[in-house]
Amino acid sequence: MPQAPTDKQSDALVRIRGLYFTRGERVIFDGVDMDIPRGSVTAIMGPSGTGKTTLLQLIGGQLVPDRGSVQVDGQEVQDLSRSQLYELRKRMGMLFQSGALLTDLDVFDNVAFPLREHTDLPESMIRDLVLMKLQAVGLRGARDLQPSELSGGMARRVALARAIALDPMMIMYDEPFTGQDPISKGALLKLIRLLNDALGLTSIIVSHDVEETEEISDYIYVISGGRVVGHGTPETLANTDSEWVRQFMRGLPDGPVPFHYPAPDYRDDLLQA
Amino acid sequence: MKQSKTTELLVGMFVAAGLAALFVLAMQVSNLSTLSQGNSYQLKARFDNIGGLKVRSPVTAGGVRVGRVAGIEYDDQRYQAVVTLLVEDKYDHFPDDTSASIFTAGLLGEQYISLDPGGSEEYLQDGSEIEITQSALVLEKLVSKFLFSKTSEGK
Amino acid sequence: MIAWIRRLGRTGIDFFEKLGRGSLFLAATLVGLPEVLRRPRLLVAQMLSVGVLSLLLIAISGLFVGMVLGLQGYNTLVDFDAEESLGVVVALSIVRELGPVVTALLFAGRAGSALTAEIGLMKATEQLSGMEMMAVDPVHRVIAPRFLAGFLSMPLLAAVFGAVGIYGGYFVGVGLLGVDEGSYWAQMQAKVDLYEDVMNGVIKSLVFGFVVTWIAVFEGYDTVPTSEGVSRATTRTVVHSAFAVLALDFVLTALMFGKD
Repeated sequence: MPQAPTDKQSDALVRIRGLYFTRGERVIFDGVDMDIPRGSVTAIMGPSGTGKTTLLQLIGGQLVPDRGSVQVDGQEVQDLSRSQLYELRKRMGMLFQSGALLTDLDVFDNVAFPLREHTDLPESMIRDLVLMKLQAVGLRGARDLQPSELSGGMARRVALARAIALDPMMIMYDEPFTGQDPISKGALLKLIRLLNDALGLTSIIVSHDVEETEEISDYIYVISGGRVVGHGTPETLANTDSEWVRQFMRGLPDGPVPFHYPAPDYRDDLLQA
Repeated sequence: MKQSKTTELLVGMFVAAGLAALFVLAMQVSNLSTLSQGNSYQLKARFDNIGGLKVRSPVTAGGVRVGRVAGIEYDDQRYQAVVTLLVEDKYDHFPDDTSASIFTAGLLGEQYISLDPGGSEEYLQDGSEIEITQSALVLEKLVSKFLFSKTSEGK
Repeated sequence: MIAWIRRLGRTGIDFFEKLGRGSLFLAATLVGLPEVLRRPRLLVAQMLSVGVLSLLLIAISGLFVGMVLGLQGYNTLVDFDAEESLGVVVALSIVRELGPVVTALLFAGRAGSALTAEIGLMKATEQLSGMEMMAVDPVHRVIAPRFLAGFLSMPLLAAVFGAVGIYGGYFVGVGLLGVDEGSYWAQMQAKVDLYEDVMNGVIKSLVFGFVVTWIAVFEGYDTVPTSEGVSRATTRTVVHSAFAVLALDFVLTALMFGKD
C-alpha cells in the first residue's frame, strides 16, 4: 500500500518532523520529515555513514533529538518517561546488524529472554511460544545451539524470532542483508515480507543494498547529507529526476557524488614534488 | 532459565569454603577461643608507672592467662595510672589482698600484669580495686639506680 | 609550558568527568540490586564465573605466599631466638595485609579483567543495546548481578587466601623447619585479635571487592565498542584496580591501625 507521506497522515505509525540531530560537531540530521505508514514495509536508504542506524535509535528512544519530534503510535518518544518508553519498546522489535544475541544463552533461551523478562508465563507456555517463533523462522531444530555455533544468517533469523516474541507492532531492521550469502538473503527477504503481512506488522528497513530493498519495500526514503533527498515507491524512484538518487539506486561510480575525493589539481600536485 | 545443578553445587561449595575459611580465621587464628567476652568481671588497679602496658595486654596468675587489660587511664588527682582488668568469670576466687605487678615477658617482650593471690578470706568482686600493686620496671630507672648505688658504694 | 598546564587541566577534567559518570553508573547499579535479590539465579550464575573460577588461583597463591612468609619469617626470627613467634608473623602479615591486598590484585587480574572484557564485548556486539530495545535495562540485568557477585566473592576469596596461607606457613615452619607446633598456634592466638585484625581484614576485602568490581563493570560498560576499545578497557581495569587497591590499603591501614 504505497502512499505519499502527505496524505492519510493518521495512518502513519511513525511520524518524524523537522528532526535535527548532531553528534559532536557533526550534523547527522538537518530537518528530516518522514512518515512510516502502518502495515507496510518502508525502507530507509542512503550511503554508509548517513546515520541510518542513528535514525532507528531515535525512533527507539535510545537517542534524543536536538530539535524536532519523533512520534511513534501517537506518542512523542523524546517526552516519554523511562517507564513509558520501556512500555513502548515492548511493542517494538529491533533486529541489529550483528543479531545481538546474548552469547551466554543458547538459541532457545535467547528467544525466551523477552518472554521471561516481561511476562510471568509458566515455563510450558514459554516453551510453546518459543517453539512457535522458532518454527516461523525455520530454526526450531537449532534450539539447543549456542550463538557462536550459528552462521550470520541463522543468527539474524534467531534474532528475528526473538524480536517477534512479544508480538510487537513494528520491527526495525538494521542492515539485514549486509554480509549475507544469496541463500540467507533470500530467506530473510521471504521472512520480512511474510512476517509483515501475516502478523500485521509495520516494518522499517535500513539498508544500502539497493536490489534487495527495492524488491521488498513498499516505500523508500533516500537520505543523504542529513536530509531526505528522495522518496517514493520503488518504481517511481527508479525513474526519478534526481541525479543523486539515480546515481545511488543504480550504483554509478561517478555523478553528484564524485569518484574523486576533493583534491588540488592532479597535474599541479604531481609537479610540486 | 535453565541453570545446571553443577553451577549451583559449585557456587554452594565456593560459599561454604569461604565461610569455612572465615571460621578458621576466627577460631583457629585469632584469640576468639582464648577470650570469652561478656563472661568476665572487672577489677581496677593503680600503678605509679605502667611502663609499656597496653590495652589487650594479658593478665596472668601463676603464669596462666586469666584475662586482659581492658582500659588504661590517668588519674591526675593522684598522679597514678588506673588500669581496668577484665578477668574471666571462672577465676573468681582471688582474695582481696591479691597483688598486681607489671612484668615483662622476656627481655624485649611485651608487658603483662601478673596477679599474686594473698591469704585473705574475702574475695575480689566485680569492680573491686586491687590495693597492692607493683609498677613496671623501667630499664632506664633501673640502670640509673644501679649506677647510683655503685657510685655511693665507691665513696 | 602553557600547553603543558593545559594538558594537565584536561587530564584533571577528564578524570573528574569519568569519576562523575562512574558514580552515576554506580548509583544506577545499586538501584538495580534489589531486583537481583529477587532473582537469585542471576547472582548464582555470576558467582560461578567471578568467584568459583578464581578460587583455585587464589588458594594456590595463598599457599605459596604463606610458605614464603614461613621461610622468610623463620630466617629472620631465628637470629633473635624468637622462631616461636613465626605463627604471629605469618598470621598478622596475612590477615591484616597480604590476604586482602594480594587477593584483590589477583581478583582484579582474573575476575575483574574478565568482567570488563565480557561486558565490553556485549556492548561491542550490540547485546546491551539490544536489551535496551527489548525494554530490559542492561544495568539491572547484566551489571547489577555481576557487581554483587564480585562484592560478595571478594571477602570469601580473601578468607580462603588467609586460611590457606596460614596453613602454608605452618607447613614450612612446623613441618619443615621444626618450629614447635604448639607455639605456632598458641602465639598466634595470643596476638591476633578477632576484631582488631580479622574483622579489619574482612572490612578491607569488602572495600577492595566493591572498588575492584565497580571499576571492572564500569570500564566494561564505558568501553569504546570496538575490539581495540575492549582490550584497552581490560588493561585499564587491571591498572586502575591495582592502583586503587594499594592506595586504599594505605588509607584503610592508617585509619584502622594508625592510632596505637
